[in-house]
Amino acid sequence: MTTIAIVGYYEAWWVQILKAIVIFAVGLQLVPVVLIAERKLLGRFQSRYGPNRVGPYGALQPLADILKLLTKEQFRPTSSIGFLFAFAPLISILTAVAAFAIIPFGNVQHIFGERVGLYGVDVSVGPLYLFAFGAIAFYGIMIGGWSSGSKYSFLGAMRGAAQLISYEVSQGLALVGVIFTAQTLSLTGIVTAQKGMWYIVPQFFGFLIFLTASFAETNRAPFDLTEADAELVGGYNTEYGGGRFASYYFAEYLNVLVVSGIVTTVFLGGWLMPFGIHPPGWVDPFVVLFKMSLFTFLFIWVRATLPRLRYDQLMSFGWKVLLPLATLNALVTAVLVVVTH
Amino acid sequence: MIEVKRTPAPGAARGTWRTFRETVRGLLTTFGRFTEHPVTVQYPEEKTPVYPRFRGRHKLHRFEDTGLEKCVGCSLCAAACPADCIRVVAAENTPSNRVSAGERYAAVYEINLSRCIFCGYCEVACPFDAITMGHDYELSDYDRSDLIFTKEMLLAEPLERTPLRNEGE
Repeated sequence: MTTIAIVGYYEAWWVQILKAIVIFAVGLQLVPVVLIAERKLLGRFQSRYGPNRVGPYGALQPLADILKLLTKEQFRPTSSIGFLFAFAPLISILTAVAAFAIIPFGNVQHIFGERVGLYGVDVSVGPLYLFAFGAIAFYGIMIGGWSSGSKYSFLGAMRGAAQLISYEVSQGLALVGVIFTAQTLSLTGIVTAQKGMWYIVPQFFGFLIFLTASFAETNRAPFDLTEADAELVGGYNTEYGGGRFASYYFAEYLNVLVVSGIVTTVFLGGWLMPFGIHPPGWVDPFVVLFKMSLFTFLFIWVRATLPRLRYDQLMSFGWKVLLPLATLNALVTAVLVVVTH
Repeated sequence: MIEVKRTPAPGAARGTWRTFRETVRGLLTTFGRFTEHPVTVQYPEEKTPVYPRFRGRHKLHRFEDTGLEKCVGCSLCAAACPADCIRVVAAENTPSNRVSAGERYAAVYEINLSRCIFCGYCEVACPFDAITMGHDYELSDYDRSDLIFTKEMLLAEPLERTPLRNEGE
């Protein structure tokens, strides 16, 4: 049997279960926080307060939203394909959660006398794992939109498919530069390789390209063509309501968190602190969460600023601007790595 | 005056740079809003202040010294009203029942506020300054008939629910 991927470090089975629960408990609690943060920040960006009626300063708004969605009736259009219609949001949320597993929140720590890596799993093919689940996530959108049996959903899904495929290429190529420099595909390896200097400095163009492509990958403004409320009602999730819509919604915000985590890991030195500060190990996850929140803020900031691109602009930007730049970035990095090593 | 800037035709390198620069400019603009305080008025708790000459719900007045009504039931307001929302029925004052300062008084004085357009012509038409426009603008109700204000309601000292805007504010 050929080895497909090597997992960096194995813990005892009970530690693995325990840390999986902890990571999911923390990770999934972050989604409502991002939800309320987005609505509050969008409000501030538009010189208004945002939700401030439910709970102190509107802090319980996401709870109210989720409660409302989950208690709603599950219905589907008669023209839809029942099994696929119910299955599609599941794909979306599963892939988002799976991608969350590889974000490293810290190095190997000693907890309960065991050595525990503060991440779901450290695979030797980190970025590939990420893109694999990104590619499956697109089925969630595609199947959901197509099986709805509605033209708006269908158009939204088609746009989503084209967009994800176009931007995944640039995103991958932007990471290639980092992988060349770090000489490893393991995300923890990439973080430890940034001890001297975070990759945002030598790979600045790669960082910009990756960030731009990430906006498209997560279907966020200004690339939220799949939703395009003005022309497609709601895009691929037009026909969805209640819990199924909630899981799409949830997956979208989890994807934002995942992308923030990946950018943090790959370009901002993960759990490393600047100026050579070495805090104790338990600080690491908070460092990562802080850096992630910076990127989440950026996502919201950009959403508040930029108008949605037209579809042909999106395509020509992806293929004519981003892809050549990403290729050039990878090429120059490759030459430099060969010359300096 | 907003100056319209025509953007040059999209070019490869210059166009990309321009787009990038404009994106950053836009981001800085929205961040400027972020650092400011929101302009929202939290309505039910805080109300938009009105100017002194704001035309809100009408008020009928009495003489402060004698307590007699200023309205003499002349119906000039009803004649001036373009929306035809004022109804006045006049009656004679008698020595035993003296309501107003003049010969007659308004036995019935009704304003249908669901019709009123708040033009203020009634105020202008009134020879005794008996009717003026107040500042109250919270005039919603569950029933249309509740919006027909009677003389007692218009004469009653209004709950000043509306903050007044200061001069020059």
